[in-house]
Amino acid sequence: MTPRIFVYVGHKNGIADDCAVELLAAAKTISPITRPTAVVAGCGPEFDRVCESLRSSYAEVWKLAHDNLAYPNAELIRKALLKVLPSNNIVLVPHDHFGIDLAPGLSIKLNAAFVSDVVQLEGVEGSALNAVRQEFGGQVSTHVRCDLASGAVVTVRPGAFKPADNMLVSGSVIDKSGELGTLTSARRYLQTLVAEAGDVDITKHNVLISIGRGIQDKDNVGIAQELADVLGAAVSCSRPVVDAKWLEKSRQVGSSGKTVKPKVYLACGISGAFQHLAGIKGNPFIVAINKNPKAPIFQVADVGIVDDILEFLPELTNKIREMQSVTAK
Amino acid sequence: MEILVCARRVPDTSENEITLNSTTNDIEREELVYSVNESDNYAVEEALQIVDRTGGSVTVVTVGSEEDEEILRREMAMGASHGILLSDPAFTGSDGRGIASILKAFVAQGHYDLILTGVQADDGAAQVGGMLAAMLDYPFASLVNSIEVLDGKTLKVSREIEGGNKEISEIDLPCVLSIQTGINEPRYVGMRGIRAVASLTIPTYGASDLGVDASVVGKAGARVQRVDYYVPALGKTAEMLSGSREENIDRLVELVAAKGGLQ
Amino acid sequence: MESGQTVSQMSSWLDSGYGVFLVIHFAGLACFGYIVWRRLVPLLRAQSDSRFDHPLARLGNVVRYWFGQWKHPRYKTAGVLHILIFIGFILLVIRSFSTLLVGVSSNVLSPGFPGTAAHTYGVITDYAATIVFLCMLVAITRRVIFRPARYAVPARYGKAHTADAIFLLGLIAVLMAADGLFSAAVAAGQVRAGFSQDLAALSLPWLLQSALASVSVGTLGKVCFGAYLLHEITFYFLLCYRPFGIQFHVETSLFNVYFAKLDRGTLKPVRYGVSDERLDQVKSFGVKTFEDFTWKHMLDFYSCADCGRCSDNCPANAVGRPLSPRFLSIKARDYAFRHYPMFGKAGNGTPLMGSVYSEDEIWSCTTCGACEQECPLLVEYIDKVIDLRRGMIDDGNVPQSLQKPLKALESRGNPYGKLEKKRADWTNAKDFQQTCKVRTLDKNGASTLYFVDSITSYDDRMQSIARSTARILDNLHENFGILGSAERDSGHEVRRFGEETLFMDLRARNVDAIMASGVKKIVTADPHAFNALKRDYRDVPPVEHVSQLLARAVDAGEIKFHPAGNATDVYTYHDPCYLGRHNQIYDAPRQVLDAIPGLKRVEMQRSRDRSFCCGGGGLMLFYEPKEEQRMGVKRVQMAAEAGANVIVTACPFCMVNIEDAIKVAGLEGKMTAIDLTELVDRQMIRPISTATATSGTLEVERGDSSLCTTSTRHF
Repeated sequence: MTPRIFVYVGHKNGIADDCAVELLAAAKTISPITRPTAVVAGCGPEFDRVCESLRSSYAEVWKLAHDNLAYPNAELIRKALLKVLPSNNIVLVPHDHFGIDLAPGLSIKLNAAFVSDVVQLEGVEGSALNAVRQEFGGQVSTHVRCDLASGAVVTVRPGAFKPADNMLVSGSVIDKSGELGTLTSARRYLQTLVAEAGDVDITKHNVLISIGRGIQDKDNVGIAQELADVLGAAVSCSRPVVDAKWLEKSRQVGSSGKTVKPKVYLACGISGAFQHLAGIKGNPFIVAINKNPKAPIFQVADVGIVDDILEFLPELTNKIREMQSVTAK
Repeated sequence: MEILVCARRVPDTSENEITLNSTTNDIEREELVYSVNESDNYAVEEALQIVDRTGGSVTVVTVGSEEDEEILRREMAMGASHGILLSDPAFTGSDGRGIASILKAFVAQGHYDLILTGVQADDGAAQVGGMLAAMLDYPFASLVNSIEVLDGKTLKVSREIEGGNKEISEIDLPCVLSIQTGINEPRYVGMRGIRAVASLTIPTYGASDLGVDASVVGKAGARVQRVDYYVPALGKTAEMLSGSREENIDRLVELVAAKGGLQ
Repeated sequence: MESGQTVSQMSSWLDSGYGVFLVIHFAGLACFGYIVWRRLVPLLRAQSDSRFDHPLARLGNVVRYWFGQWKHPRYKTAGVLHILIFIGFILLVIRSFSTLLVGVSSNVLSPGFPGTAAHTYGVITDYAATIVFLCMLVAITRRVIFRPARYAVPARYGKAHTADAIFLLGLIAVLMAADGLFSAAVAAGQVRAGFSQDLAALSLPWLLQSALASVSVGTLGKVCFGAYLLHEITFYFLLCYRPFGIQFHVETSLFNVYFAKLDRGTLKPVRYGVSDERLDQVKSFGVKTFEDFTWKHMLDFYSCADCGRCSDNCPANAVGRPLSPRFLSIKARDYAFRHYPMFGKAGNGTPLMGSVYSEDEIWSCTTCGACEQECPLLVEYIDKVIDLRRGMIDDGNVPQSLQKPLKALESRGNPYGKLEKKRADWTNAKDFQQTCKVRTLDKNGASTLYFVDSITSYDDRMQSIARSTARILDNLHENFGILGSAERDSGHEVRRFGEETLFMDLRARNVDAIMASGVKKIVTADPHAFNALKRDYRDVPPVEHVSQLLARAVDAGEIKFHPAGNATDVYTYHDPCYLGRHNQIYDAPRQVLDAIPGLKRVEMQRSRDRSFCCGGGGLMLFYEPKEEQRMGVKRVQMAAEAGANVIVTACPFCMVNIEDAIKVAGLEGKMTAIDLTELVDRQMIRPISTATATSGTLEVERGDSSLCTTSTRHF
């Protein structure tokens, strides 16, 4: 008997996070027949819209509305969840900065087991949940067995689960706000400082358009930036680009630059020196585009294209733009 | 301010690839070099910097075995006043909750205004700090990338959230914070510094010293267990796209989309 | 007697000033004594330094560098000026003192000199004073009008020193003029008394004497008195003013040269007089406060003449790194003057880092030695930089980019953190294994050790140097092997980055492995390893750089080369700092190159002991300097200017930097870099049997001719 599954769904500006559908997919891999319950916390009309929007994918949407939940302070949300969640269930939380904040403590308070940063779920076997995690920066994977006897809190790596095809349901919103009572915390949110423009943290991006000397001129950096813009990616680079002062040091990938762990790494006009490759971790999907068919980057790339990036990249950008405008329609 | 930093000894895998040892169902540990977990080291540096400003002392604690004394000495060479080893055969095989329980028992015996951990160990799960805080009923903040001591009772902390943004909060002491790398620039510890503390005795506490509930620690108490290690299959030779530019672009878009590179 | 007459006349002129002169004498000497004493105070608080050994070698240095002004002609104009002034000063010493004394005691005009000698001396010094006077005018003109770039003071280092320099030059000119005027007045008096004057024709005193020809005797007396007074005041003012600025070297240079370091290339110990075993008991390493410098290093600060030659040659300075060796001295001297004032108590020893020096400044040095090579006064820089680094390391104050490789060196014995067992992987390359098998040494396995060191062992590109070196040694029938996984980084750069304890650990491991291997000599292709084994290690067999071995083989005809292939290729040799400047191996590699028939070689303008550092090796590859340009790029441009399209070097680090620089400079395809060993390996004529053999038979045939195919066994 698979325990009931709750999915904590975050949201922003009236829109549920991507994790809403990803975690739904994750729940389905635990048990295909499960009808997980979404739990959302917040307040205001935008929040109401989020609750409504989740009805199409979740049979039940538990709404925790409270003035103090206007900002997702994990310390408060944990307290709120404890007031409404029954014990001995599986709670799925995205493994992001919020989940890392919320989940470990939640598992203690629920007296549930805790599995973090799961990339794969292999269903329930007896009273155990089988999951797959990664260790050592993704160099090795490990099967993990989690005792479900008193429930489990599981954080799920964003992007690890492909959203299932839209199985539209018409769920209902159940307002649990009345059970919340007063909510206070010894940690009080003050404000969010938005990173300054130009202060791009390449270590935090899933997709990197990385340029090397093949970009040839500072003026050409824009070509890579345009591609990055359409992909929601960031532009990183190898050392010669920094040396030439075409990009700032903070963009450099390599042993003397940043260590990055993207999912997709487009190495454009990068030869692939050891010093550069040392900065790429986490086993990303590497695409190499280089004029020189003998460039060592092709030895480590997953896909290689011998072409001039100055011509190739703009065409790629156009292609993706086209696709996006089609989907938008 | 009395600060406790929970640290761990982990294999340093930054340069050497991890290989598997099929007989032990473990990674090949023979040739690995161990050192203090990176973010834990930042936590110790942060603690030292806070103590420099406010006074007090820094204690570093780890759950492990005699081998783990090495990292306590390293952190003491950095400037920590005390290094404590929590070690007992009964602790072996503990899961995150078990480790947090052992630490909780230790914390209960002393008085600490601030408890720091690293965000996550290389082979860890970013869990012990949050669990410890919950067990102690202390407030918790993860991914902390700056700390400002406001007065004796409150800290102003910044958390690293998406897109390089910073979430600023006030948090009451005592509390638990998990420290993100990059919060400071940890000082260098050379061989000379380690030699200077090489002969110090590291106090060691076992299950009975701490009064740990044996049912939650060790392999038996672990609710989460690692079954095996494996290397996910991957073909690491570039698939060369040799069509026309247009064909290449189409195929590339397809591949990148499959890897989650298109949103 | 003429002179008797003159003396009495002059004495009568000066008589009235007797008291004043005497007071000035005593006051001047007392002031000078007091000032020097105050200047010595920090030296007495400084760390000890072992500089009292080898008096003959030190006297040799004095003769060559101080008296012989050996390094001055490296800068033609300034050098010649300085030599003239120096000779002038030396010649004028006796004349000056006798002039000083004449005002307070008669009959000392030419003490102890017989008539002719006195006359000759007078003539010589008339000219000397004239030349010094003219030199001052030229020097002032240079400072005011031509303003050589190296004298400029960048804004970050404070105000220009031009005014002070001109003031001091002017004072010397005044001194010379006063001396001339005094002599002229005396001589004019002689003429007036009916005697002939014996001033040197066309000298300054002679000209002035002519100008005084129509002046009355009374006025002459006043001129004589005035000139004398001016001379005396200027003399003592200069004496007492010099210790406050760049001209203190007039007094200190003799000592600075005598006490100069004799074993260049070797680093100073952490503390003189403390053995390695007792180092753990030393509370603090390196230089943290001014008083942590040795007395000799403080003397260096006093002696710096601010000539700017060091910084003019410093590659770090040239590429805009925040380092200028000249200001290492000037800033420390300014600090010393501030904290050890003439009156009152000395200040407390405040940390130098962050106040006087910046961290980046001290990490910017590649220890190439160009500054020390140039300094006419033998001021030392490398030891000071290393001592400052030792201090930072001791305080844990190390850039993050360096911490990682340092930790890897501690745990793995190489800065990359690669596995020890992969250290000999370069021998496993397929093509290579077929032609040469390199064995890992065990006890009494071979007579020669090839010490590979980290970069050549692990870096894919540099492994080619290792294979070429092995093939060369094989070809020369050297019975050699490697330490394999037992080898650790030589620690050369570890030590030069101030991590003495880690260096000692690496050294101990290497020494153990080397001694256990039972080899009789060591060969390396890495100048850094070479320098470490030669100077930083003790009790290991003698070490040679492969270029020395090759030069000998060329001499003996043991190695012959195919003609250089491409006739359009123009080669230039880049001197690696640790082969050239630090070990004076300039000719061996050139000799090898010139033995290749048809190889066209040109010299870069900056070559041999003026070679321009490629950017530094070892840990410097991990350091992220703030710079406007890479040193390597500048170097590659120098090669292009020399008309070369192939840069030959003999150091793996030079190869990294130069190959990178060729790309950065956009010269790919137009310029290539090759290591000496790779070039030799490519061009050498192999024994006929092997040259014609197929790879299958090659192994067998080489097996008996060389010992290259014996067992491989790890320790």
